[in-house]
Amino acid sequence: MRKLGGVRAPHRKGTADSAPRPIPIPPEIRLPMSMHIGAPAKPIVKAGDTVQVGQLIGEAAGFVSSPVHASVSGKVKRVDEYDAVTGLGAASVVIESDGEQTPYDGLRAPELSDMKSFLDAVRDSGVVGLGGAGFPTAVKLTVKDVSAVDYILINGAECEPYITSDTRTMLDETEMLEEGALLLQKYLGVKSIVFGVESNKPGPIKKLTEFASRRDGIEVRTLPALYPQGGEKVLIYQITGRRVPEGKLPLDIGVIVLNCTTLTAIVKYIRTGMPLVSKCVTVDGSAVINPGNVVAPIGAPLAALFDFCGGLKDDVKKVLMGGPMMGIAVPDTDMPVLKATNAALAFSEKDALLPAETPCIRCGRCVSHCPMGLAPLEFERTYRLKKPELLEKYKVNLCMECGCCAYSCPAKRMLVQYVKLSKIMLREYQAAQKAAAEKKEAAV
Amino acid sequence: MNGLTVSVSPHIRDGATTRRIMLDVLIALVPAAVASVVIFGARAALVIAFCAAACVLLEAAYERALGRGITAGDLSACVTGVLLAFNLPVSIPLWQAFVGCVAAIILVKQLFGGLGKNFANPAITARIVMFLAFSVTMTKWTGGGGLFGETYDAVTGATPLTMIAQGNTGALPEITDMLLGVRGGCLGETSVLALALGGAYLVARRVITWHTPAAFILTVLAFTALLGREPVYQMFSGGLFLGAIFMATDYVTTPQTAAGRLIFGLGAGLITVVIRVYGSYPEGVSYSILLMNILTPYINRLTVKKAFGGARA
Repeated sequence: MRKLGGVRAPHRKGTADSAPRPIPIPPEIRLPMSMHIGAPAKPIVKAGDTVQVGQLIGEAAGFVSSPVHASVSGKVKRVDEYDAVTGLGAASVVIESDGEQTPYDGLRAPELSDMKSFLDAVRDSGVVGLGGAGFPTAVKLTVKDVSAVDYILINGAECEPYITSDTRTMLDETEMLEEGALLLQKYLGVKSIVFGVESNKPGPIKKLTEFASRRDGIEVRTLPALYPQGGEKVLIYQITGRRVPEGKLPLDIGVIVLNCTTLTAIVKYIRTGMPLVSKCVTVDGSAVINPGNVVAPIGAPLAALFDFCGGLKDDVKKVLMGGPMMGIAVPDTDMPVLKATNAALAFSEKDALLPAETPCIRCGRCVSHCPMGLAPLEFERTYRLKKPELLEKYKVNLCMECGCCAYSCPAKRMLVQYVKLSKIMLREYQAAQKAAAEKKEAAV
Repeated sequence: MNGLTVSVSPHIRDGATTRRIMLDVLIALVPAAVASVVIFGARAALVIAFCAAACVLLEAAYERALGRGITAGDLSACVTGVLLAFNLPVSIPLWQAFVGCVAAIILVKQLFGGLGKNFANPAITARIVMFLAFSVTMTKWTGGGGLFGETYDAVTGATPLTMIAQGNTGALPEITDMLLGVRGGCLGETSVLALALGGAYLVARRVITWHTPAAFILTVLAFTALLGREPVYQMFSGGLFLGAIFMATDYVTTPQTAAGRLIFGLGAGLITVVIRVYGSYPEGVSYSILLMNILTPYINRLTVKKAFGGARA
């Protein structure tokens, strides 16, 4: 078995014991129509409309898309263009909340009878990959040949430092995870459901094992606390020993991976008919006065979360959505909580300083720590040489941007930056190659 | 909420820095430096300090002249200076040592763009330049004044490798003397024990991996055994331990993967023995490392790790 690289990043899971508390409903929230991978949802409300919690306000625009529901009750203030933190520009709906949180009167728990009704329910729930990727879950579960799926893995690795929202899901919503696993077995016909949890979470492992031990086909696997165990390909390999080949999906090797909170969000919808409208978010970091877990309506500005946690220290210098290894630094705290947001971190100046880059000394640490077996130092060098054909050879396309390379780089190179740039260069090169080939073919 | 830093992930880094790595190399060189003073006398300390200072000052002067940032803080020039000194006889005139420092820092390192850009090991290349330019003083093994200086001076002016080359194996020192370093040779290369101690420190600190030194040293042992040429003396002689542990593990000029490092060590070991046994020079470690430095980009290209799940390119 191949030993995959990774880094022993600090855990800093100080909020693991903090049961999530709901924040006060902010006066105004913003719901981007593009909180998922795929086509942005199409807004079906306009300024002045009254909306209630759980009401559909954005229709899924196609198969690879996801609906968006109002997370507060109140009045639509406006529908405008908005660049989400993901860099995707799309419409967004701004709602002025009335503070009542009146549930939408059209909410009904879905009736499940077969696989199709189950998948419809998943689609209508608005649930997307809540581990951070935001891929529409219904799309992931729609499989031509279910008999080819051997495992559904439930990802509770939560390998990013600081974040404990999945830990809380596993501790506080254990029975929903049990129900979810049974639903997957029943409606998708997949026998083997395996929970993967890093060894630094003994509490969740114990609670999951309690129900797994009395159920057929449900298993809990302890993973080493080596970042990035939660990376999809890494998780699959650690649990099943299978490798996702280049250009293929986990499905092609008989595996589906769902984040644990994704599963409980589906169960919540199936129980009550309430779609995904709120999220447990870990609020932590050196600039947060009282770190803890909170439940926030999707669309709430980050500032509302920080305010609830005692506010930010004066020397705050960096704010992240997501964890410190892969999270996105945001320019201000007006940014809304998205469906897949699992942490809001704020750091003081001393923790936000950018280390000075020194020349690459070719020590090879980035190579030995890369879980995908890549050579990140070559990405930077090749990008600077402007040689996209070499980037193809070095397989920059396989990089998941986990950040192990830059984390361990003694020269403090911004290696992930070069990966992102290299991927763009490679895509453009491949598109040009394809266009040239087609032109040649047309000329013949 | 103005002035938030927006930067690419990851937002945390581990404690490793280039400076810390170079500091570890310097720490690992301390036992051999102490041994050199004990064996060859106080002048060894003078040569080491002179070369280290000259390299740092030359680098700073060059960078200043070109209006670049001064990088003395990364300690890499200091490491080069100490390593160059280790490769010199204790009796070397200081002006000749200075010429070596110029070759190492200016010619080999800075003209190629400074740290990380040079293709050859600066200290090794400078040693070769000096060996060619000052062949008399570079092969004068007498003149030491250490604790054991008198004994070995009285016995010989030749190194064990020269004795083997001349077929004079009866004059070879005891193996314990070989391990301690009480023999003729460059000032930092003789004490195998002190060098191995430094190597163990570097492996423990994960600054280097075992691959290159092990492959290099064992290849020399195995190949000379095969040829029936005093394998144990060959292994403990010349600059083999110094070269294998400290020069063939230089990041910039040697391969990045474990497989590449094994190939590097194997190749350097073979070349070393070929030069020692069939060449006109008694010693071949520095030439073998330089030759393998040149091959390193090709070794790197041959030993690209197969990406996890990657299709063949």
